[in-house]
Amino acid sequence: MDSLVYLLGGFATALEPMNLVFAAIGVLLGTAVGVLPGIGPALTVALLLPVTFKLDPGGSLIMFAGIYYGGMYGGSTTAILLNTPGESASVVTALEGNQMARRGRGGPALATAAIGSFVAALIATLGLAFLAPLLVKVAVKFGPWDYFGLMLIAFVTVSATFGSSPLRGLTSLAIGLWLGLIGIDQLTGQTRLAFGVPNLFDGIEVTTLAVGLFAIGEALHVVSRHLRTSEKPIAIKGSIWMSREDWSRSWKPWIRGTALGFPIGALPAGGAEIPTFLSYTMERKLSKKPEEFGTGAIEGVAGPEAANNASAAGTLVPLLTLGLPTSATAAVMLAGFQQYNLQPGPLLFVQYPALVWGLVASLFIANVMLLVLNLPLVGLWVRLLKIPVPWLYAGILVFASMGTIAANPSVVELLLLLGFGFLGFLMRRYDYPIAPVVVGLILGPLADSALRRSLQMSLGDPMILLQHPGSAIMIGIATLALVAPFLFRGLAKFRQDED
Amino acid sequence: MIQPATTGFHRPTLIIGVALFAIAAITFNDARNMNIRASYGMGADAASYFVAAFLAILGVGHLFAAFRPGIEAEQAAWKAFSWVVLGLFGLVGAIWLGAGFILASTLLFVFTARAFGRRALIKDAAIGAVLAIGIFLLFNKILTLALPMGPFERLF
Repeated sequence: MDSLVYLLGGFATALEPMNLVFAAIGVLLGTAVGVLPGIGPALTVALLLPVTFKLDPGGSLIMFAGIYYGGMYGGSTTAILLNTPGESASVVTALEGNQMARRGRGGPALATAAIGSFVAALIATLGLAFLAPLLVKVAVKFGPWDYFGLMLIAFVTVSATFGSSPLRGLTSLAIGLWLGLIGIDQLTGQTRLAFGVPNLFDGIEVTTLAVGLFAIGEALHVVSRHLRTSEKPIAIKGSIWMSREDWSRSWKPWIRGTALGFPIGALPAGGAEIPTFLSYTMERKLSKKPEEFGTGAIEGVAGPEAANNASAAGTLVPLLTLGLPTSATAAVMLAGFQQYNLQPGPLLFVQYPALVWGLVASLFIANVMLLVLNLPLVGLWVRLLKIPVPWLYAGILVFASMGTIAANPSVVELLLLLGFGFLGFLMRRYDYPIAPVVVGLILGPLADSALRRSLQMSLGDPMILLQHPGSAIMIGIATLALVAPFLFRGLAKFRQDED
Repeated sequence: MIQPATTGFHRPTLIIGVALFAIAAITFNDARNMNIRASYGMGADAASYFVAAFLAILGVGHLFAAFRPGIEAEQAAWKAFSWVVLGLFGLVGAIWLGAGFILASTLLFVFTARAFGRRALIKDAAIGAVLAIGIFLLFNKILTLALPMGPFERLF
């Protein structure tokens, strides 16, 4: 039980008074920003990255854990009270949660979301603590060819499964890969696509790209369609506590949601949308009162919320053990690691065990803090929802540009930020997914160097990728996942023609 | 936005496809001019050629997709949009001219609030300035980050 020993050591780190303060600040900031309408966890983490610039890596990653979980909680509060889900994974929560709030049951809806998230995150973080060391044991034996295969899988699943069509997803990925080319190549010193601009020699900063695409792109998108009226948050009437019936109807969906969310989140095909939708459908089928679905069934909040949080903890498994981000939030988290020159992967567990296990322990602590803070402070969060839209987006833009100014106060960097903002706006307007761009920028150069190192070892023979069973299988899976959507669409068309 | 939906021809998709070709051409050209060669295996140009080819294939895909009916983009409030753009460029310009973080941020705040339909210029400027000063004090004094200095920043 090595992981238990390490985990206890992690708790010793995380329970140091200063680190507890960092965790509390992270949780409060994360919830406060996450609760703002239209801001999901990815944007929350991206916006708050600069806050952690000057802290030591340990403290900053602990604050990060708080921001991550806090952003998730904040998102569900917005979905329930405002029906404006900040991210696709809270869409399902908004379905039933907002109906409950409209019927004066906003309190119990928030409570079942909060307690369900707590239960799910607790179980899923335990899962992470036990699964991660096992995966690390496998991953240390990986050669560069295996990493190349894994990255191919990540590329395909992230781009072909998100978004409305594989063409759009792959285009987003290609833009990310193209941005990843920019700068001086690590292996040969060759400059690519820098056009003599010194700021581009070090490559594109992931934080600049993420903040530009997510924050500025979103603000431009919202202002371009702000002609429509915005919704007012629903006031919470009556008790916020759950009745005995609420409890008995909630606890099984929590467990089932966790059981769906964690494994799906931990797969390289990740993402939280699939488990939340699966959980919603499952609860509707299993409920004793299926007629309540659509008009505010508590199971429809409890299950998907648990699934959402469990899959968020699940995406940390490939992120920490393999360095593979499988969601937008994970991609931004990876940028946070790289800010300290830490490269997540099996070596991170070997080189900085105290740091990794301190982070895992902080996830538990952040989770407990959230439960204690979120429900009593719900009045404060509701007040944040009432910030007038003009000031809200003005503040977001100021904060977003501040991050870039603080990290690299150059006009070129700011112009890049604006350029990515326009790109994000256009992609939202024409329905291209955003996450593959960030994933492409991060993983593109890594895949490039993994492939080239494999070929150096084989003296240029590309067959090395297929001679190792691990990489051969992974390349096969990636090819299948790439071809399948086109094939199935072809099949569907064929059937239609027959009819 | 009026689209000739009857023919099923989708102009934005066509423009995106052409833009993808353009990026592919730039990347191809850049890769051709690389002069550092790897001793064996793949050089730094291989990835560029791959991405250029990938972009070109997607460009072809967009050309085909352009002849099918696509997503109609919503009518956009371009006037409000340009206020925000003006604010963003105002921020860059202010930083470039050395006006400092507080002035630049206040400018962005006021322009964005205007974009969302507010007309209370002085009130918005006051709120923006308070926010910017708060961020400046927090970051420069407590977190010791270097935000750009200007006339106002030197007062603190």
